[in-house]
Amino acid sequence: MANDHIDITVEPGEVHALLGENGAGKSTLMNQLYGLLQPDEGEILVDGEKKVFRSPRDAIGAGIGMVHQHFMLVPVFTVAENIALGAEETRGGPLGFLDRRRNRRDVLEVSKKYGLPVDPDALVENLPVGAQQRVEIVKALTREVDLLILDEPTAVLTPQETEELLAVMRSLAAGGKSIVFITHKLKEVKAIADRITVIRRGRTVATASPDTPEDELASLMVGRAVSLEVDKTPAEPGREVLKISGLIVDDDRGVRAVDGVDLVVRAGEVLGIAGVQGNGQTELVEAVMGLRPPRAGSIKVDNEDLVGMTTKQILRSGVGYVPEDRSLDGVVKEFSVAENLVLDTYDRPPYGNAFRLNPAAIAEGARQRVEQFDIRTSSPDAAVSTLSGGNQQKVVVAREMSRPLRLFIAAQPTRGVDVGSIEFIHSRIVRERDVGTAVLVVSSELDEVVGLADRIAVMYSGRILAIVSPDTPREEIGLLMAGITGAQADVATEVIELVPPAGSAGQTGAESAGEAGPAADGDAEKGTK
Amino acid sequence: MTTDGPVGAPEQTPPAETPAEGKQPAAAAPAKESPAEDSFLGHFLHNLWSANTVTVTVLSIVLAMVIGAILIIVSDSAVLATFGYITARPSDALTGSWDVVSAAYADLFKGAVFDPAAVSAWLDGSGTWQQAFTPISETLTYAAPLVFTGLSVALAFRGGLFNIGGQGQAVIGTVTAAAAGFTFGLPVVLNLIVALLAGLIGGAAWGFIPGILKARAGAHEVIVTIMLNYTALLFLGWLILQDGVQDPNRTDAISKTVATTAQLPSFGGTLRVNLGIVVAVLVTAAVAWLLNKSAFGFELRAVGANPLAARTAGISVGKTYTMLMVVAGGLAGLGGATQVLGTAYALTPAVAGNIGFDGLLVALLGRNRPWGTLLAAILFGALRAGGNRMQSFSGISLELVTVLQALIVIFIAAPALVKTIFHLRAARSARLGASMAKGW
Repeated sequence: MANDHIDITVEPGEVHALLGENGAGKSTLMNQLYGLLQPDEGEILVDGEKKVFRSPRDAIGAGIGMVHQHFMLVPVFTVAENIALGAEETRGGPLGFLDRRRNRRDVLEVSKKYGLPVDPDALVENLPVGAQQRVEIVKALTREVDLLILDEPTAVLTPQETEELLAVMRSLAAGGKSIVFITHKLKEVKAIADRITVIRRGRTVATASPDTPEDELASLMVGRAVSLEVDKTPAEPGREVLKISGLIVDDDRGVRAVDGVDLVVRAGEVLGIAGVQGNGQTELVEAVMGLRPPRAGSIKVDNEDLVGMTTKQILRSGVGYVPEDRSLDGVVKEFSVAENLVLDTYDRPPYGNAFRLNPAAIAEGARQRVEQFDIRTSSPDAAVSTLSGGNQQKVVVAREMSRPLRLFIAAQPTRGVDVGSIEFIHSRIVRERDVGTAVLVVSSELDEVVGLADRIAVMYSGRILAIVSPDTPREEIGLLMAGITGAQADVATEVIELVPPAGSAGQTGAESAGEAGPAADGDAEKGTK
Repeated sequence: MTTDGPVGAPEQTPPAETPAEGKQPAAAAPAKESPAEDSFLGHFLHNLWSANTVTVTVLSIVLAMVIGAILIIVSDSAVLATFGYITARPSDALTGSWDVVSAAYADLFKGAVFDPAAVSAWLDGSGTWQQAFTPISETLTYAAPLVFTGLSVALAFRGGLFNIGGQGQAVIGTVTAAAAGFTFGLPVVLNLIVALLAGLIGGAAWGFIPGILKARAGAHEVIVTIMLNYTALLFLGWLILQDGVQDPNRTDAISKTVATTAQLPSFGGTLRVNLGIVVAVLVTAAVAWLLNKSAFGFELRAVGANPLAARTAGISVGKTYTMLMVVAGGLAGLGGATQVLGTAYALTPAVAGNIGFDGLLVALLGRNRPWGTLLAAILFGALRAGGNRMQSFSGISLELVTVLQALIVIFIAAPALVKTIFHLRAARSARLGASMAKGW
């Protein structure tokens, strides 16, 4: 049962946050409201009137719109075409010509009215994620809805885009629209919500006001006390494990994504890469993993060059990798938990050899992992698709930590993961560091990088702009993430180490970047005081 | 006509009840009883009536036979005439329809499973045991090559590839198997093994081409395999007429005959069924093992379900695609070998018949599972064998069988349709629909 007698009331002009862990039943509840699922029991009242929604069409008719976590847009259509889709204006009856001009005008009108800038003629596939989301919102608004459901809208957004979205939500609410904001991010809830309903395991556990402290909301959500801080001792960095020098990588379109990166990660430390999504982090990590051939430069693990090795060889050499897109690259959803846990070791003892699998060993290994990593599943044989996002991520983390590691790379390790699992995954990453593994964490969530990392490399436009200490003030890191270096912002000019331009960065440059790091950190603190 | 029907009927209807009447009440009864869910029987029927794979498959077959029945009636001018005065004497039209349909399906059954007349003849000594087993023998003879081509398609599909090239691979399999069969002249057992292996290798080589092109150049396997089907067929047509291949005593397009030592031995006397079906069962077991228990099977399933995750976990997607097409091609080639070494014995332009394309349907009907594919191939073989008898005894065109096969597949491809027609519960239909939508 995903929803067990939930009551929820949304007032006009209210931003109502629906807070709960992944799998708590938030989306199930909202899908009923949007006509995608039918409730077994209970009723929906709109303006005091009982309604039955058999399809989204009914829901839209009653003034309810929804923006899904995964956008429902046609990539090769223009913005105006996408918005018109399903409610096209035509001349000469339902089979007449499309009235593109009128569609376009409607889009511009709504866009202007609600302060949501969209270009009606742009192709959706060319738009950044934040803009695509605006298109979805405009689409809902052109249907003249009174209640807008936003399902985890910030999961895919950068911090800046999140800010913009929150501003849009405020102005919509001020204009009398009601908004249901589904999320598990406490900061956003506190920033925007008028009222908070907390759901746990399909039941309403509390209705809270936004003044409620964060840790109290977190414990309501998870059902026990949680610590939001990452608990760790100071790092004891050892030898240089990963050493990247002069790395240049192109993206799929042949555009330079990583433009001369030098980076060192030492044993027993966590190096965090902060940066807005799309500044080359993905390509950097893919190059290290042998998933994307670099143009130039070297990637060495304990002086062994990884360039030219296959992904399998790299994984075998003691590198663990948690990819940033779990459902695309991390798990095979149709496979069982047990099968996913051996996705990279199925052909090695004890799980099997080059010819055959050893089902008994796979089952036993899975049983142990499920216990050690607290993977909540009905059985190790259940398909991974039946697990919540957090537990799917635990499967990936468990798999990658089941081998002896020299280097552990985690990209967006807690994206779309609930609070309880975030805490667990973070503690595992720190534990891996404490046994002497070099850890590289890439995240677009600044909180996460600051909490986990011993050193933070800020990446912008394919380069490492600076390496700073996690004690550096947030604003400063934020400015670096936006590409504003000390010279321009007039803060701590002398401490921010600029990476030499691509090509001139050789082996020596890499070393100095790595070693100058801690020293620069100390200065950074002074500079801003 | 009015007196003929009832008088002639008693002789024909009793056997007809097995296929036609036997299924209809079974299909109708649970529909009425399903609301009573409290009893054990209720629970049983409830589960039976949920839209699971088996239910949908069985009902698809039933539906196809119902539509087939309508086609039989419509194509019989005598029966059709009685519908002209159906309001005056409805019994004429109804009994007439019943007679023609039951006779046709009875023949289908007798031709495919067993013929009571032949069995009783065997028991009272007036017939031979071979005659009693002829229908089964025919069914399995037609089924054997389809098992291989079906497995070829099913296995490729589990790895995320559409092997439309089963036909071409089977054709090459017939060529290499037959060539080995009439060239080497090896001793008894060895010659057959070499010929079968030659078929396997020929098909595998033909499968390797789209595999390597997909892995290295990203060429879509559907296009490449379709084109290679034509290439294989035209190559066969050319090859048969060449010196050293063409039967020197013939002027038409037929090759030399495969040496008897290279032929798949049949099971006795006049029966056509041969070792091919045994090999087919063994290969099915091997494919099931390969798919579920081997490292390669794990790789191909991972690549089929999520190539990106497989790649990220270190599995070489290109290598897996190439190997998979080699194995799939080899299976289809083995199907061609079974055809030429088991029944045809010589190459003709149509030696491979339609086994490659039928393999697509068989794999779909078998839900891309090895044992399911085996059963589906046997069903298709049965339809084919029964169709032959239906054509000669009831005068119903063999094309009706093709129509039945097509209808079964259409209904299976559209589970929602079957669900609506029979008011099935939605139990697992979402999963079913999803897998179908994704696959075909």
